[in-house]
Amino acid sequence: MELILVNVIDGLVTGLLLFMLSAGLTLIFSMMGVLNFAHASFYMLGAYFAYQISLALGFWMGLLVAPLIVGVIGAGVERYGLRRVHQYGHVPELIFTFGLALLIEEMVQFVWGKNTMPYSVPEVLNFTAFSIGANSIPAYKIFMIFTSVAIFIGLLFVLNKTRVGMIIQAALSYPRTVEALGHNVPLIFMGVFGVGTALAGVAGVIAGPVLGTFPGMAFVLGSIVFVTIVIGGLGSLWGALVASLMIGWITTFAKSYNVQMSDILNAVGISTPENLGNSVFRDLWTVTSPQIADILPYILMVLILIFRPAGLFGKRES
Amino acid sequence: MKKFTKLSAVSALSLVIGASAAFAENIKIAFIDPLSGPFASTGTNGLHQFEFAADYMVNQKGGVLGGTNFEIVAFDNKISPKESLIQLQVAIDQGIRYIAQGNSSGVANALTEAIEKHNKRNPDSRVLFLNYAAVDPALTNEKCNFWHFRFDANADIKMDALTDVMAKDESMKKVYIIGQDYSFGKAVAAAAVKNLGEKRPDVEIVGNELHPIGKVKDFTPYSRKIVASGADAIITGNWGADMLGLGKSAIENGFDGPIFTYYAAGSGITAAFGESGKGRIRLISQGGINPIATEEARATYEAFEAKYPEGNIDQSRIFNVIGMLSTAIEAAGTADDVVAVAKQLEGMEYDSQWGGKVFMRPQDHQIIQDMNVGVHTDENIDFDYDNSGFGVYTESTVTMASMDSPTTCDMKRP
Amino acid sequence: MNDELTTDPSKPSQRMRAGSLSLTLTPWIVAAFLLLVLPFVFTNNSAITIMNQMWITVIFALAYNMLLGQGGMLSFGHAVYAGVGGFACMHIMNMSDFFAMFPLPVLPLFGGLFGMGLALIVGSFSTRSAGTVFAMISLGVGELIAACSVIIVAFFGGEEGISGDRTYAMPFFGNEFLQPIDVYYLTSFWVLLSAALMYLWSRTPVGRMANAVRDNPERAQFLGYSSRWVRFYSFVASGFFAGVAGGLFGINYEILTEENLNTASSGVILLVTFLGGVGFFFGPIIGAIVFTLLQTVLSLQTELWAFYVGALFLATVMFFPGGLAGILMMHVPAIKLGKAGGLVRPYIKTLVPALIGILGLAALVEMTFHVRHAATGDNEMTLFWTTFDSHAILPWIIAIGVTVVGLGLARATLPAMKEAWSEANSVGGKL
Repeated sequence: MELILVNVIDGLVTGLLLFMLSAGLTLIFSMMGVLNFAHASFYMLGAYFAYQISLALGFWMGLLVAPLIVGVIGAGVERYGLRRVHQYGHVPELIFTFGLALLIEEMVQFVWGKNTMPYSVPEVLNFTAFSIGANSIPAYKIFMIFTSVAIFIGLLFVLNKTRVGMIIQAALSYPRTVEALGHNVPLIFMGVFGVGTALAGVAGVIAGPVLGTFPGMAFVLGSIVFVTIVIGGLGSLWGALVASLMIGWITTFAKSYNVQMSDILNAVGISTPENLGNSVFRDLWTVTSPQIADILPYILMVLILIFRPAGLFGKRES
Repeated sequence: MKKFTKLSAVSALSLVIGASAAFAENIKIAFIDPLSGPFASTGTNGLHQFEFAADYMVNQKGGVLGGTNFEIVAFDNKISPKESLIQLQVAIDQGIRYIAQGNSSGVANALTEAIEKHNKRNPDSRVLFLNYAAVDPALTNEKCNFWHFRFDANADIKMDALTDVMAKDESMKKVYIIGQDYSFGKAVAAAAVKNLGEKRPDVEIVGNELHPIGKVKDFTPYSRKIVASGADAIITGNWGADMLGLGKSAIENGFDGPIFTYYAAGSGITAAFGESGKGRIRLISQGGINPIATEEARATYEAFEAKYPEGNIDQSRIFNVIGMLSTAIEAAGTADDVVAVAKQLEGMEYDSQWGGKVFMRPQDHQIIQDMNVGVHTDENIDFDYDNSGFGVYTESTVTMASMDSPTTCDMKRP
Repeated sequence: MNDELTTDPSKPSQRMRAGSLSLTLTPWIVAAFLLLVLPFVFTNNSAITIMNQMWITVIFALAYNMLLGQGGMLSFGHAVYAGVGGFACMHIMNMSDFFAMFPLPVLPLFGGLFGMGLALIVGSFSTRSAGTVFAMISLGVGELIAACSVIIVAFFGGEEGISGDRTYAMPFFGNEFLQPIDVYYLTSFWVLLSAALMYLWSRTPVGRMANAVRDNPERAQFLGYSSRWVRFYSFVASGFFAGVAGGLFGINYEILTEENLNTASSGVILLVTFLGGVGFFFGPIIGAIVFTLLQTVLSLQTELWAFYVGALFLATVMFFPGGLAGILMMHVPAIKLGKAGGLVRPYIKTLVPALIGILGLAALVEMTFHVRHAATGDNEMTLFWTTFDSHAILPWIIAIGVTVVGLGLARATLPAMKEAWSEANSVGGKL
């Protein structure tokens, strides 16, 4: 029971972190049609910038300034790179972000070297908030939860209650019409891209100290962000939230309990064959849930795409 | 750009006119390891140590065979078996007869097989494989061959020594084993179960599991399981980001016992653990750094630090590789006939500057040496890692660890 | 986003041109001759190994372009078809009794069949729609199979992979394929055969319908073709040739590992194909050759090779979305007009300084890297065959000077080149 509660909290942290990345990406994707492969790279940039700033000015200035820098860089990429490539179609745009991801990783290595950076949790938050049984919940995790919830509420407010938000929502669905009404759609694109990457930057700043700040951090995160927004439904903030939390909890619980495939199969009435020996199926029978925890989201995505291509909360296909 | 820019002209030309051994005034050692990509830091640090060792131990002392120098030629394998095999071919074409590699047992497996095939098919250009860090036991057991020499203790030997030390702790009752899901992680887990079962049958193994290698973003769920199991100690073979992630997460989430491991020093990991890992992380290694084993070693380390202020000698066995190779070449009187050199390396006893003797066991080409178990701390540290003030202090030593361990190697000699 | 995620046929650079069904023989004879002669020019084993790698990548990239260029389907997980074909071949290699009666040159065919088998299964549900849905399913399936490689050890061999020995096959006319050169001719035969077959495929009615479905699926449906089945056929055929590439990989390296399946390999083949140009049949061939050279030869020269490759991709996408083949084909009208000769001098005037400027820029990058990361006291560095002290001021001045002058000249002469370009592409005499 204790473990379940602890896992719920851990899954929430993972999910909310994922949400901060996918929120920006889903806005960018649905508005511009760009599968931004470099999104995780902006997350990495956030962590590195924050580390560098924290050396001079402390963690809190890093949290404030690093996302701004990342956002400005993101907007610059949109203005001087993507906008140019946009005219060629979506595949070149995608390749552009692909190459950008490669380049950002190389640049990070160029500047900071290849080692893990000693970027750590600020002293103020470096204590155990409370314990459930023998499991301690670090205060930093609570801080992460509050930060991401605050960002979610902020986003919801901007999107639903402000004029800019209305235009963005309209541009999500009918970009041509919005343009025809006299709004500067390219500017909105640039703004959304900047804000989206800045959100990724925030995620990097607060994830860097716990998940490690190293040149492979973007690659490790990989394509899971795309999976999230596809499951949630493109362009849907709520969908992104639900999908992120779902993935957070699924992977956390799958890793926390050692369920073996043979247990499941036995439970549904299929008995384990006597002599597995060197059969190809031997490994299938002994698969455990932690082994496949990280690919469960992918399975979920493929299933959703087959049966409900619009995603959980999406309104239209692709 | 380092030394391998010197090669730019050579390799560009060699592609056009074919490689020529006429350049081979120096004795060249091909260093095939990742110099780009996620594992580049380990590879680059290893390269620096090789270059330094060759320069400091051989070239500055007048070379071997009356004035021939060692030269390290770096090849970036991007930790891919495919790229390693291509670079191996390029190295052989450049007239290189010695191949050094260490990162990833998967690459080592591919290389040792390719080298065996190459030597069988091309008796005129045989090469030796100097494995300085790939520790999959299979390489000196069922997959052993005459051309492969391992200068690092294999996973079984390390676990044997590590459990010798663990067994002395009477208060330890429950142990959790966790590792990366591949050959090395599995070898570590199997060795841990076997050794603990023999030495401390009363110790309960409360968990034994594998996680995907290099893909886990957050180790929290694993740490929860470890804490929930009530383990007194963790054994893991994790390395790189997986080691850091697991260690930090376990400590943060309430685990308060020791973590016994193989690779938790240098390449930024020591600095990242810092205070939180003090007295908690115990690792097995060879070569005495803190306290430094000999005055000669102190001089070596200081010279290295002067050259690479941000680097560490975290793989002191590299100095043994260079030392033993140069001794073998001197004794064989040739560097071109690798069979003669290999026969000298077999059974060689060498006094390491890092303390103790090292012995290249002829049955399986596995090195036998003293193994140290050290603790991550900032006390009594002469030479720290990552300029962090923290380093590894040797607590106990197992002399000539696993000298008589069995091997299934059936060595075929040419 | 109302546009589907496909190659965009309204852009000339991304349109796969349909030619006549007849096969002009000249390029193929030239290609065969080149394949035959190259080993006599580049005789050493490493060059031959690199060429083998190139031809394997060529087949794989051509197979990939059957999807991307011809069918408009973007796949993020195509490496698995090559990988599974290759793994199947390694298992055949390890069935010693069977393999001993087996001529090695036939092996890639089996790789192809296994690749095709997997494509049949996956294609049955993934080709129902194109665009983002197809792309994301391919990503999911790719990740899934790549993850299986460490879980299902019996087939994929875990992290160390599956290895075998090609020389145990039945000798093929007395040849045991001991040396890379033997394998080279085997690979060359297959690359020629596969390329010809893929070219012919693109000229068959199914191949042409793939173009139609890519350009306008709705209209193709109205004409009575099921766009789903047309996509499915392309997908399966592409899986077959990917499997052939995998089989050749197995013969060449005698080992297959997880890296043959993972998403990084799938991403690389996408980049290779795009770099070469998706709009032309021969685009991926150029891409494969250039990329293999960059990866194997450039990485010998500099640790920063991936940095340059990334920059090259960005530049290609931003300025030449048609890829390298697109740049070449841009000149066809000028050649047809007989005015290509007038371009040579402006090109030399602009591109040579630009190249020198870029090399100067690369030198600056390398010098910065050296100053930052080289050992203390190790101030000497060698660049472009000259050795100098990277901490002295003079080399920096020279490098900056070369860069500024080179790029400046290129910029100054650019308008003249543009003018020459439009002149060469306009019908009639001087205005």
